[in-house]
Amino acid sequence: MSIPSDLKYTRSHEWVKIEADGTVTVGITDHAQELLGDMVFVELPKVGDSFSQKQECAVAESVKAAADVYAPISGEVIEVNSALADSPEKINQDAFGSWLFKLKPGNPAELDGLLDAAGYQEVLDSEDH
Amino acid sequence: MLKKTPLNETHRQMNAKMVDFGGWDMPLHYGSQLEEHHKVRQDAGMFDVSHMLPVDIKGDGTRDFLRKLVANNVDKITIPGKALYTCMLTPQGGIIDDLIVYFLTESWFRIVVNAGTADKDVAWILKQRDALAPGLEITPRRDMAMIAVQGPNARAKVWQVIPGSQAATEELKIFQSTTLNHFFIARTGYTGEDGFEIILPAEEAPTFWKSLHAAGVAPAGLGARDTLRLEAGMNLYGQDMDESTSPLESGLNWTVDLKSERDFIGKQALLDSNPTQQLAGLVLLDRGVLRSHQKVVGQVNGQAFEGEITSGGFSPTINQSIALARIAIGVSPGDEVQVLVRDKQLRAKVVKYPFVRNGKVLV
Repeated sequence: MSIPSDLKYTRSHEWVKIEADGTVTVGITDHAQELLGDMVFVELPKVGDSFSQKQECAVAESVKAAADVYAPISGEVIEVNSALADSPEKINQDAFGSWLFKLKPGNPAELDGLLDAAGYQEVLDSEDH
Repeated sequence: MLKKTPLNETHRQMNAKMVDFGGWDMPLHYGSQLEEHHKVRQDAGMFDVSHMLPVDIKGDGTRDFLRKLVANNVDKITIPGKALYTCMLTPQGGIIDDLIVYFLTESWFRIVVNAGTADKDVAWILKQRDALAPGLEITPRRDMAMIAVQGPNARAKVWQVIPGSQAATEELKIFQSTTLNHFFIARTGYTGEDGFEIILPAEEAPTFWKSLHAAGVAPAGLGARDTLRLEAGMNLYGQDMDESTSPLESGLNWTVDLKSERDFIGKQALLDSNPTQQLAGLVLLDRGVLRSHQKVVGQVNGQAFEGEITSGGFSPTINQSIALARIAIGVSPGDEVQVLVRDKQLRAKVVKYPFVRNGKVLV
């Protein structure tokens, strides 16, 4: 699957969409869902929770394992995708279309440190042995 | 270097996701573990279990040797082909392995042991043989492959593939086996569904696997095997039990014969023991997923207890998380306990397992 060029990425396999209003939408990448296998449960943060960059803020659980999801940047949670509670398999079907939560950035400068699609591809290539 | 079964190439051709399973390069799934699980519950799936090891025990006095070697009583199996599930114990009553014994003739029994314990098991059996019955011949059968075909339609699909097998196996009851040409066919399994476990010469395995696939049997990996056996309430060696636990703390009292006069290795230790723990089934009431090693807390008779999940996961058939947990004796079905999951305490209900049998939810 190709890596959307309009998104930013982390080395820990989160994707980040920078919205027009300055907030960011976060999900896990297609590569992450493929590694995890069939998703069965997603534990989301609460609206109003604040996280620092790289802090654990959600858990994606598959039939195989539980994986922490990290805040790609610091910020406050302004919305969560509660629909995933009843249909976590949506992440398997469309990882880039299934967001987990939205953040109001605490420090927008952190966005500059995220990977672009080409940079994320390099991360995947280096993991692929 | 990972060990490979005779089907390794075949799995790769079928796009299996391969993983290191205790030193064996094995298929985890072929795309979707959940689909494979449902296929076995509703139709038919097949598992490569060639990493498990058949061991033939031959010679005069094989039965006497097994009466001493294993905890269940082989005197229960007198019809040729009949199988018996049992533990093999240390003198201290710890579980060396769980295995199936097949009675073939008075001078030929076959046992099938777990992959991860195979070397240890064979060494132990040889040591006991040397001490108790030096005349017996013990032969590990790495020349064999083993395929489990499981599901409500599994037997019918095997009948389509092996000529003459319907006539040869239709009358087999659960835990009986027969031999047909190169095929050793047993009506056993590790999924809670009907089906066969088939032992055959390694070189014939790829062709047989492909024929089953052509007959509509879905390949299924170790992932589905684990969720199926957990739903079926079947213990996994190394997880739900090991040498530090006895069958009496592992939900396996029914496999231990303490009543007969027969002496067996570990018997005295079991008779002297006073188990304080049991294996119980849990169904999670809150949202989340139970996993092995999570702590279980609760109260029994006003006393706080602490236990641990030995196997946990998501049950695709029930669509909720379930687990086996080692907890205090006295906790009973219907009781509520708490499971510590990360920073939360989730509520779980104690249930009598199996959770699922023959496609039906029992809890």
